[in-house]
Amino acid sequence: MAVPTLALPQKKNYINAGSGLKSWLLTTDHKRIAILYLISISIMFLLGGLMAALIRMELLTPAADLMGSDDYNRLFTSHGVVMIFGFLIPSIPAVLGNFLIPLMIGAKDLAFPRVNLLSWYIYMVAGVMVLWVLFNGGLDTGWTFYTPYSSSVSTSEVLPTTLAVFIMGFSSILTGLNFIVTIHTMRAPGMTWFRMPLFLWSMYATSLIMLLGTPVLGITMLLLFAERVFGVGIFDPALGGDPLLFQHFFWFYSHPAVYIMILPSMGVISEVIAAFTRKRIFGYRFVAFSSIAIAIFGFLVWAHHMFVAGMSIHAALIFSLLSYLVAIPSAIKVFNWSATLYKGSIQFSTPMLYAMGFLGLFTIGGLTGLFLSALALDVHVTDTYFVVAHFHFIMVGGAVMGYLAGLHFWWPKITGRMYSETWAKLAALITFIGFNVTFFPQFIVGFLGMPRRYHTYAPEFQVLNILSTAGASILAVGMILPIFYLTSSLWSGKRAGKNPWGAAGLEWETESPPPQFNFDETPVVTVGAYNYGPVEDKIG
Amino acid sequence: MAHSDHDNPALGHHWESFEQQHQGNVMGMWLFLSTEIMLFSGMFLAYFIFRMLYPDMFTAANHFQNVFLGTVNTAVLIMSSVTMVLAVRSAQVGNNRLLRIFLLATAFLGLVFLGIKAYEYYEHWHEGLVPGLHWTNAELIADEAKGIFKGSAQIYFFMYFVMTIIHALHMTVGLGIVLTLWWRARDGRFLKEGFDPIELIGLYWHFVDVVWVFLFPLLYLLGKQG
Amino acid sequence: MGDIPLFPESASTASGQFDIMFFFMVFLAVFFTVLVAGAVIYFSFRYRRRSADEVPPQISGNTKLEVGLMVPLAGLALIAFTWNAVLYMNMWDPPDDAMEIYVAGKQWMWKMQHPDGQQEINTLHVPVDTPVKLLMTSQDVIHSFYVPAFRIKHDVLPGRYTTLWFEATDVGEYHLFCAEYCGTNHSRMIGQVIVLGQADYEEWLATAGSTGSPTTAGDSGMADSGGTVAPEAAGAQLYESLGCAGCHNGGVIGPALDGIFGEEVQLEGGGSATVDENYLRRSILQPNADIVAGYQPVMPTFEGQVDEDQLFQLIKYIESLSSDNAETEQ
Repeated sequence: MAVPTLALPQKKNYINAGSGLKSWLLTTDHKRIAILYLISISIMFLLGGLMAALIRMELLTPAADLMGSDDYNRLFTSHGVVMIFGFLIPSIPAVLGNFLIPLMIGAKDLAFPRVNLLSWYIYMVAGVMVLWVLFNGGLDTGWTFYTPYSSSVSTSEVLPTTLAVFIMGFSSILTGLNFIVTIHTMRAPGMTWFRMPLFLWSMYATSLIMLLGTPVLGITMLLLFAERVFGVGIFDPALGGDPLLFQHFFWFYSHPAVYIMILPSMGVISEVIAAFTRKRIFGYRFVAFSSIAIAIFGFLVWAHHMFVAGMSIHAALIFSLLSYLVAIPSAIKVFNWSATLYKGSIQFSTPMLYAMGFLGLFTIGGLTGLFLSALALDVHVTDTYFVVAHFHFIMVGGAVMGYLAGLHFWWPKITGRMYSETWAKLAALITFIGFNVTFFPQFIVGFLGMPRRYHTYAPEFQVLNILSTAGASILAVGMILPIFYLTSSLWSGKRAGKNPWGAAGLEWETESPPPQFNFDETPVVTVGAYNYGPVEDKIG
Repeated sequence: MAHSDHDNPALGHHWESFEQQHQGNVMGMWLFLSTEIMLFSGMFLAYFIFRMLYPDMFTAANHFQNVFLGTVNTAVLIMSSVTMVLAVRSAQVGNNRLLRIFLLATAFLGLVFLGIKAYEYYEHWHEGLVPGLHWTNAELIADEAKGIFKGSAQIYFFMYFVMTIIHALHMTVGLGIVLTLWWRARDGRFLKEGFDPIELIGLYWHFVDVVWVFLFPLLYLLGKQG
Repeated sequence: MGDIPLFPESASTASGQFDIMFFFMVFLAVFFTVLVAGAVIYFSFRYRRRSADEVPPQISGNTKLEVGLMVPLAGLALIAFTWNAVLYMNMWDPPDDAMEIYVAGKQWMWKMQHPDGQQEINTLHVPVDTPVKLLMTSQDVIHSFYVPAFRIKHDVLPGRYTTLWFEATDVGEYHLFCAEYCGTNHSRMIGQVIVLGQADYEEWLATAGSTGSPTTAGDSGMADSGGTVAPEAAGAQLYESLGCAGCHNGGVIGPALDGIFGEEVQLEGGGSATVDENYLRRSILQPNADIVAGYQPVMPTFEGQVDEDQLFQLIKYIESLSSDNAETEQ
């Protein structure tokens, strides 16, 4: 072991605190675990994206030309499973949440560092199982696993996939548990609840859903698994079971799961908008509580996925009404973000471009969500491309845009390097354009009546499908560019310094990259989040 | 003062004080148990839905349970909860000898429970009551064919096996942890400030017992009076 | 190809009402999208950073504004909800005189049967300006019956009946899609609804009746049970051959079935049930599930002895016993 000499040693940080593969694979440092997650979910994202590209290529013409229907069905199923369970659910929490929560509250690590590492290993085991399925027969049930098709009819790899989803659930649960305990018990002196950055509120709300929703998905997968193995009718009516029971169970988790995917992005957007307007977020408490409200109301609306499934009309009326309720906190957020721009000092850096894209796309995604919770309207557009478009506006336009905004915002903190602003802005622009060209036509083709999960389709839908595929090729460029400029920044990027954006927040007060235990001295907090100047409480 | 605490290896490097660590640990366990509650709630819900759909079938199938063994097992588990409470108390007051005795007693009772449960499973197999694998019970099959009750009695036993096996898995995990703690307690590390692990396994153990207290009447007793 | 289609055909009474509501919703969506996007773009230029060290005024919020915003939003939401709820409830409430068509879904085809027994595969001929009620079930997995031009859709489930109704307003040919993913050839489980003028429909019925086979070519995986025999007639035969009459005629051992359809019956052990298609289905397949008060659970199950089509025929026969009665009473 060489003793550091006086010849200007490089400052110790979490990256150079240990070297070798083992120091990474056995680490309990939340920042290193975040990097492990970043690498694994990026692989998942690329795989899922590749599948999306193949889907769009096949849909260029109404006929089946690239592959058979069985292959196509496996393709869109795998796209869904990989993107939702492998990428979207862990994305912001496991990468940015893991990295930032202790930094933002002034702690040395998460509450349970070894559990944190364990949850990554669990994720990897499940992820490898999903990939194994992908290359060994595949799954053709759709990511929704509807029974009795999945339980009694499909001959594809239902068992390993349900098991993988079950296992992946534990990763999610442990992450959520770790976050809640950390936020509750490890805040630095002076960091009261209402001084916390809004990102933490959204992480807290997300964690609540992970904790309370995921076990129900677990038991659903377990019952489906056992039904398939033992041939006992829990969900198959031919054996005495009830297929609607499966749908209720499945959506009880999977609707709140949508909020697991979008709430973290909302948190990121709050941070980014505050930093690039140099303002506190308008209506801080409304934004904070709306996250919690979304988490709670999110559990009460699951059956709006089942308006034409054979449920009672009365239940449908109630679930429709409740679905409008959950829209209100989202509307509050959009209003408050827009109001924060008012009289701000707005700088168009890359993260801000993504955030502004998010605002527009999430608004469209949210409003079309109201179309789907409207009973009569839903009857026509459910299970069509309208749903596909709505879902992707929320998941790509919302969740992925938020993820990219966050990744670009905290990249200098994570790596200590700046990326090329020119390339990054170009990528953001290409992504925005590509996204709209890809998914907006799908609203129309869905309204025209093209059902989702169709391998072949009626000729009159082709023009819009061609547009969508063209958009997808633009979007692909926008998604691939960051791999290059972000990777190259690791070697050639400018050193970032502590606070390249001039942002407020504890994470910007420590080194970039942060030292192994985040802060040399435990920070003491005396001001609220987004402290860019003294408060004036007047408007206008 | 925080620094002096850090000389004690029982305090994790990332915690500021024992108090903070204790608060975090206990909260973590409660949150974990809340996910467990959701997990079992899902199963209980499925149970109630099928019970509502097929009440006669449940009564007919229920009839094959060995209530005596179920009652004994319930008593065994409640006793194990008592020994667990005593173990936690012993750790708090610093009596290592008693701590280890009570941990061992708890583990022993847990083992008895699992043994009885295994014997019951053996009986079910013998009577042809294992859905999918060995479903040969003449009485239930005949009644089902005659339409005495609607639904298949396999559904009851399916729910029974899913619920009790998941419960038994929880017991097995708990048993392993109790034995590990018993072994590691040789050096007295769990006394006083170090007693968090004992308290946490205590919480977990009680939770698993409480689940059984719900499972027992639902699976063995309901419908018996008829 | 050529022009980009933007609006689907509209060819039913429901689709006309639907489209007005849809325009209202689109208007709201466009209004709010433009509002948000407009504000973002305007503020971005108006308040772009002009000097590196400028500090903008810090505004913490405005509770009155937030609450004041929520109220009109909630009001708009309530309007959208109510409007949709009314249309939705209407979708599941067919007029009493609706013509009833039996629909069976199966991987990957649709089979329809007209009231007089004519059957067709993947094509449904219906008369214009006539309410049509579909009684649907599936023989395997979940499907969904979707006619975009009518703006109607409902899942078709195995093991139970679901219904849907429409009244076509324009003669023409319209897409029929399966909208619930159902396996390999899901995207080929498609067909047509052909709306004919009244006279043309009558003529079609007669022709289809004389050929006695499905009008559309296709691999009929479903038993062609009885050509153009009306389902209640086929049901009457089954009723005799299965020996139902022995117990149910006279109502001694089993309840009498005359006039029972559509009535509410008291059940053994409390509770009551309305005798509809799903109740009769259950009572034939799981006879001891919901026993009519005053009777013993002695009926054997017919699960496995009658197939989906025969079940439907029996139910139609029992239903016809009620309509005959109603006519004689009047």
